Amino acid sequence: METEPQAAPLPGTTRSATPSRTAAPGVPRSRRTDWRAIGVFALMTAPILIGIGIFKYVAIGWSFLLSFSKADRSISLGHWVGFANYSQLLGDPDFRKSITQIVLFTLFIVPVTFAASLGLALMVHRIRRGRALFRTTFLIPAAVSYVAGSLVWKMCLFSSLPGGLANTVGGWFGASPTPWLQQVSPPVYWVVIVTLRLWLQVGFFMILLLAGLQGIPKEIYEAAELDGATGWRKLRRITLPLLRNTSVAVLMLLFIAAFQAFDEFYNLFTGGGAATSGAATAVKPPLVYLYDKALGDQNYGLGSAGSFVVTGLIVLVTLLQGRLTGFGKSEE
Amino acid sequence: MPTLNRTVRVMARSLLIGVVTLLFLTPFYVMLRNSLMDTRGITSPDWQWWPSSMHFDNFTSLFSDPSLHMADGLRNSLTVALISAPVSTLLASAAGYAFARIPVPGRGLLLALVVATLMIPGSATFVPTFVVVGSLGGVNTLWGIIVPGLFNPFAVLLFRNFYLRFPKELEEAGRLDGLGWFGLYRRVALPSSASMLASLGALAFIDSWNSFLWPLVIGQDPGSWTAQITLSSFLTAQTINLPGLFAGAVVTIAPLVVMFLVAQRYIVEGIATSGLKG
Repeated sequence: METEPQAAPLPGTTRSATPSRTAAPGVPRSRRTDWRAIGVFALMTAPILIGIGIFKYVAIGWSFLLSFSKADRSISLGHWVGFANYSQLLGDPDFRKSITQIVLFTLFIVPVTFAASLGLALMVHRIRRGRALFRTTFLIPAAVSYVAGSLVWKMCLFSSLPGGLANTVGGWFGASPTPWLQQVSPPVYWVVIVTLRLWLQVGFFMILLLAGLQGIPKEIYEAAELDGATGWRKLRRITLPLLRNTSVAVLMLLFIAAFQAFDEFYNLFTGGGAATSGAATAVKPPLVYLYDKALGDQNYGLGSAGSFVVTGLIVLVTLLQGRLTGFGKSEE
Repeated sequence: MPTLNRTVRVMARSLLIGVVTLLFLTPFYVMLRNSLMDTRGITSPDWQWWPSSMHFDNFTSLFSDPSLHMADGLRNSLTVALISAPVSTLLASAAGYAFARIPVPGRGLLLALVVATLMIPGSATFVPTFVVVGSLGGVNTLWGIIVPGLFNPFAVLLFRNFYLRFPKELEEAGRLDGLGWFGLYRRVALPSSASMLASLGALAFIDSWNSFLWPLVIGQDPGSWTAQITLSSFLTAQTINLPGLFAGAVVTIAPLVVMFLVAQRYIVEGIATSGLKG
């Protein structure tokens, strides 16, 4: 703060004779605008505010208007069609099927990933010697992209050839080779999708839960042990309740990630022999559907409408989950 | 009896840990094995635990054939990640500081506008982002891949909370030395947030390197492909070169695996910080 110029004591009677044009002395300090602070604030926040303004607010606003326009191979507004894009989208059995599929997928993968991450975190937390080594081992898959993961799962672990690892192991027990990704019934491709996602995600969430576990004071367990509590009871009565905040955050992150699944579905089911099969057309989550419509057919009106339907569903569930669990109340 | 029971339990737990560890490492082993084999070895129904003859040429041929775009892809990925990670982290830090410390009318409203965008799922809104970036001429350019990801509201919030907890005494001392708001940020707050910058920067680097949907949408021309798009193009090609596929996977994964081993502390810290929001 700059030092104030020495303010001359103004007698109350002369006040009306000196109208304050500038931020003159005598004006209460708290009401004076600190232009330098405003300037620095503006400079430091401008990139973020402008960036978010353009790439979030303008983008969403524009796209919202596009979703009510006929925008085939164009992104200009003006050809208003009301809800035509939305009714075309919701009338498309392929889109409805993609939503059903992603809901089922999410309902399955979220609890399974959560349970696996928690199990792994509890396991690593108990390791006394060499904990860091195991933690690294389980975290390392998080360095792998969905593309590289899909590649290994598709072309080796679950390759349809007898030389694939799953088929080799199956062969030891006398099973005949399974076309994991090509076979539609029974839909064994879900095994491929679920194991891949587990391998890629579990380490990250294990770290989150480990941080939560480390925040639980040891004394609580010691007190419970004095009362004769055993492993399972301690888990149910102490660990899980005290891990509640972390768990809610993990579940929310898992849900948002699962509902927007794209990478592995695109890479597992496009080309490379799978395209000709039934499974490639049988599994298509909403984002792959939108990618085909917006980038393939270049129908930006329909693509925008789809973006809003998917976003709406995610926001709705997130808000609902936040309401139910009181998530975010501790913030601010 | 309890001691025997205990021994059995300890052994069972060790066995479980061993099996899980093996399962987690198997994909890496398989990837490495296949990248050093020839097609016959990979497709052979008789499983070989290790290639009988090493085919290191799988790696060299990745780079000698420019139509595979592997070198281009790696260069683009590196450029994108090396720009996005530090820039997005520094922008968030500066804004976070301003939101935490500089008292300005309307600050709460602006912060609310930033935080509100946390609700918007990133991938699902690729169509709106594409409409804007496309109209600005960002298709097939590296800036089109980089710029939309530079403004991370979550990182702004994390930095704001970090600077709110930052001891005011340090800044008071700087203020007595005549530093203004920016000076306080530059000379006092920023140097003290090195580990936070490293953590969030590392996470941003990983996200950038591994991102797929957005570079796929923007990079329609092979010249602007990132390594992930190049790798994906191997997988969707008409004829598949199996050893090249696995060698490509090894090459695109290697930089991040090295980074995980070297900077693990910051990565673990970053994951824990971003989760502690709840």
